[in-house]
Amino acid sequence: MQLTMTVNGEEVTAEIEGRLLLVHFLRDHLALTGTHWGCDTSNCGACAVWLDGEPVKSCTVLTAMAAGHEVRTVEGLEQFGELDAIQRGFMECHGLQCGFCTPGMLMTARALLDLNPSPSEQEIREAISGQICRCTGYATIVRSVQWAAAEEAGARTSIIDAGTP
Amino acid sequence: MSTEFVDNDRKPVGYGRMLRKEDPRFVRGKGRFIDDVQLPGMLHLALLRAPIAHGRILGVDTTAAEAHPKVKLVVTGAMLAERGLAWMPTMSGDVQAVLATDKVRFQGQEVAFVVAEDRYAARDALELIDVEYEQLPAVANVRTALDPAAPVIRDDLAGKTDNHCFDWETGDRAATEAAFADADVVVSQDMVYPRVHPAPLETCGAVADYDAVDGGLTLWCTTQAPHAHRTLYALVSGLPEHMIRVISPDIGGGFGNKVPIYPGYVCAIVASLLTGEPVKWTEDRSENLTSTAFARDYIMHGELAATRDGRILAIRTRVLADHGAFNGVAAPTNYPAGFFGVFTGSYDIRAAYCAMTAVYTNKAPGGVAYSCSFRITEAVYLIERLVDCLAFELELDPVELRLANLLRPEQFPYTTRTGWVYDSGNYEATLREALRIADYDGLRREQRDKRARGELMGIGVSFFTEAVGAGPRRDMDIMGLGMADGAELRVHPTGKAVLRVSCQTQGQGHETTFAQIVAEEIGIPPADIKVVHGDTDQTPFGLGTYGSRSTSVSGAAAAMVARKVRDKARLIASAMLEISVADLVWDKGSFAVVGDPTSCVTIQDIAMHAHGTGELPDGVEGSLEAQVHYNPENLTYPNGAYICVVDVDPDTAVVTVRRFVAVDDCGTRINPMIIEGQVHRGLTDGVGMALMEMIAFDDDGNCLSGSLMDYLLPSALEVPDWQTGFTVTPSPHHPIGAKGVGESATVGSPPAVVNAVMDALKPYGLRHADMPLTPSRLWEAMRGNPQPPV
Ligand code: FES
Ligand code: FES
Repeated sequence: MQLTMTVNGEEVTAEIEGRLLLVHFLRDHLALTGTHWGCDTSNCGACAVWLDGEPVKSCTVLTAMAAGHEVRTVEGLEQFGELDAIQRGFMECHGLQCGFCTPGMLMTARALLDLNPSPSEQEIREAISGQICRCTGYATIVRSVQWAAAEEAGARTSIIDAGTP
Repeated sequence: MSTEFVDNDRKPVGYGRMLRKEDPRFVRGKGRFIDDVQLPGMLHLALLRAPIAHGRILGVDTTAAEAHPKVKLVVTGAMLAERGLAWMPTMSGDVQAVLATDKVRFQGQEVAFVVAEDRYAARDALELIDVEYEQLPAVANVRTALDPAAPVIRDDLAGKTDNHCFDWETGDRAATEAAFADADVVVSQDMVYPRVHPAPLETCGAVADYDAVDGGLTLWCTTQAPHAHRTLYALVSGLPEHMIRVISPDIGGGFGNKVPIYPGYVCAIVASLLTGEPVKWTEDRSENLTSTAFARDYIMHGELAATRDGRILAIRTRVLADHGAFNGVAAPTNYPAGFFGVFTGSYDIRAAYCAMTAVYTNKAPGGVAYSCSFRITEAVYLIERLVDCLAFELELDPVELRLANLLRPEQFPYTTRTGWVYDSGNYEATLREALRIADYDGLRREQRDKRARGELMGIGVSFFTEAVGAGPRRDMDIMGLGMADGAELRVHPTGKAVLRVSCQTQGQGHETTFAQIVAEEIGIPPADIKVVHGDTDQTPFGLGTYGSRSTSVSGAAAAMVARKVRDKARLIASAMLEISVADLVWDKGSFAVVGDPTSCVTIQDIAMHAHGTGELPDGVEGSLEAQVHYNPENLTYPNGAYICVVDVDPDTAVVTVRRFVAVDDCGTRINPMIIEGQVHRGLTDGVGMALMEMIAFDDDGNCLSGSLMDYLLPSALEVPDWQTGFTVTPSPHHPIGAKGVGESATVGSPPAVVNAVMDALKPYGLRHADMPLTPSRLWEAMRGNPQPPV
């Protein structure tokens, strides 16, 4: 079947098998290999991407279901050559080791911060509880998200300050 | 020996907190993991696996699979046997089937493979292969594996009439028996360390690319030991070693799971040889959980002999070890039980003895994996649980009991009763630091109040000593390869350097840590040092990363090679400054004339001079580079004290790990941020193993833990915010005093968690219950009916 969708702001049209999973479409057809595949049972979250602004597990979404919709992957986080605060937070706070869970964590954490700019530790832990990380023990991921939240709060304050005479 | 309690957080040219050099690619999704490798014309391989645990293969019909329009190749065990490739050696002198020919011996064993144009078609074609089995009774229970009536699993081995794998013993039996006979108190306890699985988030895989024109094979592969794997492929396949290139790309976690050679790797190589195209094999999660290296699976009977006032005299243990269908343990040849021999732990014990029997069962092969430092995890669990059992019997505080028996600083180097030479430690200071951070007395007060209200709060303590950095080549090898590691350092004309090492990162941050080690020695900033690893064509020979041996062995090699470069730089500096070598002083990054700091040359000046046309001292060649091969003199012995605080819900038996304090002494600390991350990881493992994880089987040998729905891993909600601390007792024989830390917390934390849960359940009179302490198992235990796990 032929379909069209938007991936990281660009329209893509492709000819695919109806059963193709979105994770494999992104990885094998679009070479967006930042999205990973870590389980067969929708448990690990390594495959998390955004579908119309909501994080979804792309191993559990048929490519066909994304037709006509907007997909955003980890490759779409960096804007105009500048890393997103959440990406910087993970680097600053050692929120990653092997880096395999990282893209899914970043997408989920970004969605959380868009919804809730200053989440508590418990809210962060709940938000990422559908993702497994085998390396970090999660505490540094929590700190990374808190770092990004603080960074953005600071950035917002300075924007407000700049606009106030 | 120094013990300091200050951290070092600065932008370092050398040691100190520094952000990781590898992170920019990972946060952009630009890592290159095995499944990211895409080659033109690449085909996809899928493995057909046995649905039963034990059965004779009566026939394999591949006709329908071969007729699939997208299928290029179907291979069975019989076809491999024709080429002499149906069996391969394991890392412990046994053999393992690449594809089964005669029988299948565990559920999930590799039976045939398909190569097709895409991964979906390859999977489809597996469904078209028809295998006829004669089902045989399975040996699923290790306790009955040696019954005379048990079916013989390994009838492929000539003359094999039972399921016995090996016997092993250590220590002094007679002295230990004498000590037990004299003791006031003897505690004995059966305990099971269940089978668990490392389950790295990235499963295993390979891309094989054979070039028929030049006869070269390139293998991208999830391996923690690329050089050792290459030698093994050369020995098995007959391909000349210099024509094999093993590339270990970014690895999505290893934890020991990526040490062995798996049939899938060999099948990918065979498929590329046969098709002339690159072939990719990646396993899915259930393949990873059911067929690749498991860990633990020790059934232990432990005994401690002690005086009435709590002086530990002797330890004795019998172990029954389940090795699965093939002995696939990756441990040094002389150490079939890994380093389990350190089971005397951190205590001054006068006599020790262990007798072990290992058996074959109809389960997946493996054995040493999951960050265990070659079975020290099991050893530490045994002694730390026994010490708590002794405290229970003597009604002593477990901390007081430990303090009375810990090795004292002046006893180092200390030779244990089983022959291990602990290099250094300040155990009491380390334990006291943990007590301080945790406010142990405050916790006990809180517990008293809660108990009075009927609440179940527990405090668990453990102290561990690890033996890592294998190892001295006189004594330690993997398949005949000495466990030494190489490093090569080149400083280029502009003063930028490339370090090549033989170990392989799986997330530990080698690209950062090793650059810092070199920076500390030669004063070139880490940003100017590139670390190359994971490619046999690009790096010197060495045995790779497992058993916490990267910093302890390759880290030593990196420091030594940098010192060699610095020695050469000193000679060149003396020519540049026209002064004798003896009149030069080194100030990290430059040589200056003694008493005249303005007359100096930087390492960068020296590098340019070394490559230029200027005068060099007699006998000194141009360029600024060196190579070393580091053979450790002894193992290093990291240690630590852990305190876990849990709450147990009396109505549901759900355990909540509320707090966890970990104080680690890993000797010299290179990057505290990375060390903390390593510790956090292991603590999470510990909580997982103690409370959730087990690879279980039914009576027919069916694996009941083949997915992440059944094999439970901790999420962010099951673990607390870790509290870490440290002491520093450098290793006296290691060039920079570093001891390694990658597995410390996995080793040390499970007993702390279990001790905490048992402490919480003291009102129930419970002394021991086996892991995993899931609510249902704990519920039974609280009702006086603790069950060993199956
Ligand atoms: S791959 Fe999608 S949840 Fe694991
Ligand atoms: S960083 Fe390795 S799985 Fe999270």
